[in-house]
Amino acid sequence: MNMNATLIGQAISFFIFVLFCMKFVWPPIITSLRERQARIADGLAAAEQSSQRREEAEAEIATMLEDAKAQAAEIVAQAQKRSNEIVEASKDTARTEAERIKATASAEIEQEVVNAREGLRQQVGSIAVEGARKILGSEVNAESHAKVIDDLVGQI
Amino acid sequence: MAGEGALTPTGYIQHHLQNLVVGFHPENGFSLAKSSEEAAAMGFWAIHLDSMFWSVGLGALFLFIFKKAADRATSGVPGGLQNFVESIVEFVDENVRDTMSVKSNFVGPLALTIFVWVFLMNLMDLIPVDFIPYFFEHILGVPYMKIVPSTDVNVTFGISLSVFALMIYFGIKMKGLGGFLGELAFNPFTSDNVVIKWLFVPFNVLLEGVSLLAKPVSLALRLFGNMYAGELIFILIALLPWFAQWALSVPWAIFHILVITLQAFIFMMLTIVYMAMAHEHH
Repeated sequence: MNMNATLIGQAISFFIFVLFCMKFVWPPIITSLRERQARIADGLAAAEQSSQRREEAEAEIATMLEDAKAQAAEIVAQAQKRSNEIVEASKDTARTEAERIKATASAEIEQEVVNAREGLRQQVGSIAVEGARKILGSEVNAESHAKVIDDLVGQI
Repeated sequence: MAGEGALTPTGYIQHHLQNLVVGFHPENGFSLAKSSEEAAAMGFWAIHLDSMFWSVGLGALFLFIFKKAADRATSGVPGGLQNFVESIVEFVDENVRDTMSVKSNFVGPLALTIFVWVFLMNLMDLIPVDFIPYFFEHILGVPYMKIVPSTDVNVTFGISLSVFALMIYFGIKMKGLGGFLGELAFNPFTSDNVVIKWLFVPFNVLLEGVSLLAKPVSLALRLFGNMYAGELIFILIALLPWFAQWALSVPWAIFHILVITLQAFIFMMLTIVYMAMAHEHH
């Protein structure tokens, strides 16, 4: 345990090491540490903020969804009601149309029947006149006997 | 193994505890000391080559690794080396900031240098005691090689006296010469009465002077004593037969991992405390 100049050598190298450390080693590492700390803090704050925003958006979405559902239900109900109305209205229209067509048709049939009856009546008249002429052997004057024939025809 | 004479346990131990000294011998001139007597005869102006070599080498290794990490330091995702270096730097920085209320750009690097450097020097203790000395003696022909710089009292005093000088420098710089001397003279005994206050000065100077001077001495001797004792026990274990050594050296080495870390930490922590005391007013 003898003290000698090693002591001075050690002290000198120690100071050189410390100064080197202070100049080139400590500042960059500490700076990067601080910067990373700041960045992590920022990142955490941002994450916090965005999760909060997401929650808000989710709540908004939920209310919007609810509204949309209610609206959809309302629309469906309206549509149903409207379709029922339309069905009812068309049924009515169809019914009146059918009745109208039926009425026209029966009127036409009536008319036809009348016409046919008239035609038949006239034919029967002329046949009767022809028959009578043949039976009497003389010509029956259609014009002079028209009144009689018409009466007969009216009786058919 | 002992260079000259019989391989006695005493010779072996003494050989292991002898530094490689270079200096000016009264008879041989400028030379390497061949024995401890020659080394003692060289007086103060001799140098322990082995201590200087290993301590400067380890300090350079420390700065090389940390500089490499510092050059590539980013605030982004750190790599493995950066992670490792940053964890140490942050540990030291935390201790500095917890201890010192005054901000300082110097104490952090100072504490980091002390912690890592002292740790690396202590770490040499875990290398088996004969490996490197044997290589130097039988391959390179160097008679002595003590590879643990912190078992050299010159090394520990070199650091602790530097810390002492820094304490005084910062004490005077921060408080002024009057403030610094006032702390020595008017503490711990003081009085409102001016006469009594000045009467206390001799006692205070004595007390404070002793406590001030005790700081570097205790700092250096604590580290030196722990490492020297640890090294000595490794050497004693090495005297056992080769097949039995592991039974003692392994537990002691494991325990020593704790000791070397703790001693490095204590040296750093006390340095920070002394620096804090020098920076702050009481």
